[in-house]
Amino acid sequence: MLRLTDVSVSYDGVPAVRDASLELPDGQVLAVLGPSGCGKSTLLRAVAGLEPLVAGAIAWDGADLSRVPTHKRGFALMFQDGQLFNHLTVARNIGYALRLRRASGIVDRVGELLALVGLEGYADRLPATLSGGERQRVALARCLAVRPRLLLLDEPLSALDTGLRQRLASDLREILTAEGITALMVTHDHEEAFTVADRLAVMRAGEIVQQGGIDEVWRAPADAETALFLGYARVLDGPVRLAVRRSAFRVDPEGSLRGTVLEARVTPEQVRVVVDVEDVGEVDAVAPLGQHPAAGQHVRLSLDSTRTAVVGG
Amino acid sequence: MTTRRLLTLVGLALGPVLVLAVFFVLPVSAMIGRGFDEGPRAVLEVLGRPRTRRVVWFTVWSAGAATLVSVALGMPAAHVLHRLDVPGRSVVRSVLVVPFVLPTVVVGVAFRLLVRGTPLDGSALAIVAGLVFFNVAVVIRVVGAAWESLDARPGEAAAALGASPAQVFRTVTWPALRPAVVSAASVVFLFCATSYGVVLTLGGLRYSSVETEIYLLTTQLLDLQAAAALSIVQLLAITALIVVVGRLRRSPDPTTARRPNRARRPGRGDLPQVVATVVALALVVTPLLTLLAGSLREDGTWTLANYRRLRTVGDGNALLVPVTDALVTSLRTAVDATWMSLLLGGLIAVVVSRRSLSRAERGLRSTLDAFFMLPLGVSAVTLGFGFLLTLDTSSRLLVPIAQALVALPLVVRTLVPVLSGVDDRQRQAAASLGAGPLRTCATVDLPVVRRPLLVAAGFAFAVSLGEFGATSFLVRDEHPTLPVVIFQLIGRPGSENFGMALAASVVLAAATALVVLVVDRLGVRSLGAF
Repeated sequence: MLRLTDVSVSYDGVPAVRDASLELPDGQVLAVLGPSGCGKSTLLRAVAGLEPLVAGAIAWDGADLSRVPTHKRGFALMFQDGQLFNHLTVARNIGYALRLRRASGIVDRVGELLALVGLEGYADRLPATLSGGERQRVALARCLAVRPRLLLLDEPLSALDTGLRQRLASDLREILTAEGITALMVTHDHEEAFTVADRLAVMRAGEIVQQGGIDEVWRAPADAETALFLGYARVLDGPVRLAVRRSAFRVDPEGSLRGTVLEARVTPEQVRVVVDVEDVGEVDAVAPLGQHPAAGQHVRLSLDSTRTAVVGG
Repeated sequence: MTTRRLLTLVGLALGPVLVLAVFFVLPVSAMIGRGFDEGPRAVLEVLGRPRTRRVVWFTVWSAGAATLVSVALGMPAAHVLHRLDVPGRSVVRSVLVVPFVLPTVVVGVAFRLLVRGTPLDGSALAIVAGLVFFNVAVVIRVVGAAWESLDARPGEAAAALGASPAQVFRTVTWPALRPAVVSAASVVFLFCATSYGVVLTLGGLRYSSVETEIYLLTTQLLDLQAAAALSIVQLLAITALIVVVGRLRRSPDPTTARRPNRARRPGRGDLPQVVATVVALALVVTPLLTLLAGSLREDGTWTLANYRRLRTVGDGNALLVPVTDALVTSLRTAVDATWMSLLLGGLIAVVVSRRSLSRAERGLRSTLDAFFMLPLGVSAVTLGFGFLLTLDTSSRLLVPIAQALVALPLVVRTLVPVLSGVDDRQRQAAASLGAGPLRTCATVDLPVVRRPLLVAAGFAFAVSLGEFGATSFLVRDEHPTLPVVIFQLIGRPGSENFGMALAASVVLAAATALVVLVVDRLGVRSLGAF
C-alpha cells in the first residue's frame, strides 16, 4: 500500500506540489486528475524517486522510501509518449527489465505480454514503425513484465486521438484488473480517469483539493472549480451551490421552471439550448429532436436531479 | 518556375565555385601534378623511404593516443559541465573552449616552456599532451552538446524498471551518445593527424609528422617532389577520413528525442567525473599560466622587459621588422580573411541549406555541397604549398585568401545548421502574408542567422590570427604575421629572444582568447556542428 504524507516538491525554490497526502490500497487504481501545470506529473515523479522531496514522506507498506533510489523501488513508470528505447526491438523493449534481473524464460514471458496487450507478431518490429497506440501498448507491456508492485502512469493516453483513447482506456482498465495491478495514474481528462480508475484525487495549483472513490467525488465535488473540471457544465448559485450537467435541464411543457430561449443548436442526438430562467439565470438545457425552440421563445423546463451535484456537500 | 529556381541557384553558386576553382582546385591539382612529374614510381620511392615510414607511423600513433586521452578526459567533463549543476560551470566551459582556437605556435611555445629542463623536453609525450590540450575542448563541446539535450526520460523509464545508474548508462545513454562520441573522436583524430604548429615547435628534430615533414621537405631540403608525394598521400587519407566522419555524423538516430534538461545537483557518485574535469581544466590552465608567468620574468625577477622589447627586432637582429609591426599585419590580414570567408561561406551556406523542389535541383545542390566540402580535406600546409607552386606569391592578398579558405569549413558549418533549421513553413507563412523573397529573408532568416554570423566572423578572425600552416609558406619576409615571428624568435639563440617569443605569444593568445570568449558568450553551438 502506498502512502504519501504531506509531500512537498519544489523546482528551484518554486513549490510545485504542496502538502499532498494520498493513500492507495493494493490492487486499486488511483487517478490524480488536474489541469496541466497543476503539479500532478511532479507528484508522480516524486513517487518514482525522480524528484527529491522538500518535506513529507512517501512510504510503501509502512517503509519510508526517501533513501531508496528509483531503480530499487520496484515500481514501473510509463510516460505519456511511451519512451520506448528506439534502438531495441519491441521484444527487447518488453524484456528489458527481465534481462536486467537475469530472469529465465524471457521469451515466453514476452510472448505472454504481447498477447496481453494484443500485439502478437510484433516482437521483431522497431518502435519507429509503430503507431502511437501500439507504442503505448508496448510501453505498458514493458512496465508489466516484472510485475511491479506499483505502476505509475503519466498521462498514458493523452498523446492519442479521441477514438483510440477511449478504446485503449477500457483495454487498460481490463488489463490492470486482470493482472491485479496497483496503479497510480495522472491525467487531465476526466473521462479517462472515470474509465480506468477506482479512486480519484483532484489536484489544483500544487494541492490536492479532494479525493475519494470515483462516485463519491463525482456526487459531491468539493468546490465549483472542481465541479467544472469534472465535466459539469455550470455551477448555479443559490441557497445551495448546484453543479449541473448539460443535460440536467430538459425542455418540458409540464416543467415547473419558466425561461426564455437565448440560443438553440441542433446536434445529431438532441437540440441544445441556452435558456434564461427566471430567478436562476442562464442555464444549458436539451430538447428532443423534432422540437425546435427558437431564440426568444418562452419555454418550460424540468430538472433531472440525478444529473446534478451539490457542491461542497 | 523550376528553370528560374535552377538559374538562381547557379547564379548564387557561381561566385564561390569560381573562387574555389582558382584558389583551391588549381593549386591542389598543380601539386598533384608535381608529385607525378616523374611518374608514379617516384611517389612510391618517396613512400618507401624509412624516414617517410617513420613519419607516417608517428603521425598515426600520436594522433591515436591524443584522441584516446582527449575522449577519456572529455567525456566525464562533458557530463559534469553539461548535465550537473556545479558552481562556476559556465566559466569553466568558456575557459575550456579557448585552446581550440589558440594559435598552435603559442601552444607549442607554452608547452616547451612547461617541459623545459625536464626529461619531457622534446619528447613524444609533450607532443601528445599539446594535442590533447587542443582537442579536449572539441570532445567536451560535441559530446556535451549531445548530452545536454539528450532526453532524460528513457533513462528514467529504465531506472523505474530497475536499472542501476551504470546499467542505465550502458543500455540507454551510451547507445544514444555513441554517434556524438564517435564523431567527436574522428574529428579530433583528423585535427591531431594534421596538426602542424604544435609538432613543429615541440618535435624539434626528433619527431616529425606528415604535415611538418612536407614543410621541412619544401623549405629546408627543397625536395618538392617528395613534398608533393607526401601531400598526395595526406590528401587521400584525410578525404577518406572525412567521408567516414560524414557517414558517422549522419547516423545519429533521428528519433532520439532532444529537449532541454534541468541540471542536476552532483552526488557522491559523480566524484570520479568531477576529478577528470579538474584534470582537464588543469591541463588547459597550467600551460597558459606558465606562459604568462614566463613572459613576465627575466633573470629571476618580475619585469615587463619582454613586453617592452616587442617594439624591437630582437637580440642580434633576429627579425626583419619589430613584433608590433607583425601584430598590425596580423590584424589587417585577419580583417581581410574574415570578410572573405564570411562572404564565401555565407553564399555557400545559403546555396547548400535551401530545400530542393525538383530532382534536378537536388542533384545539382548535392554536387555543389560535396564540392564546397573539398577544402576540409586539404591541410593548411598542403594548401600553402599549392599556392606556392601556382600563384604569384608577391601579392599581399594571397595570405588572407589562404587563411579565409582555412577558416571556410568552420564558417559554413556554423551557418548551415542554423539556416537549414529554419522551418520552410515559416518562409511560406511570410510569403502567404504578402512578403517578397527579400522581405521573407529579412523577416525569417536574418534574425535567426545574425548571431551565428557574428560567431562565424569571430571564429574566422581568431583562426586567421593564429593561422600558421599556410601562412608560413606564403608570407613575405618583410610583412610577417605574429605567429611567423614567434616561430622565428624561438628558432634564434638567446634568452632575450625566447622571452620576446613568450611575450608575443601572450599578446597573440590574449587577442584570440578575447575574440573567442566574446563569441562564446553569444551562445551559438558551432564547435558542435563539426
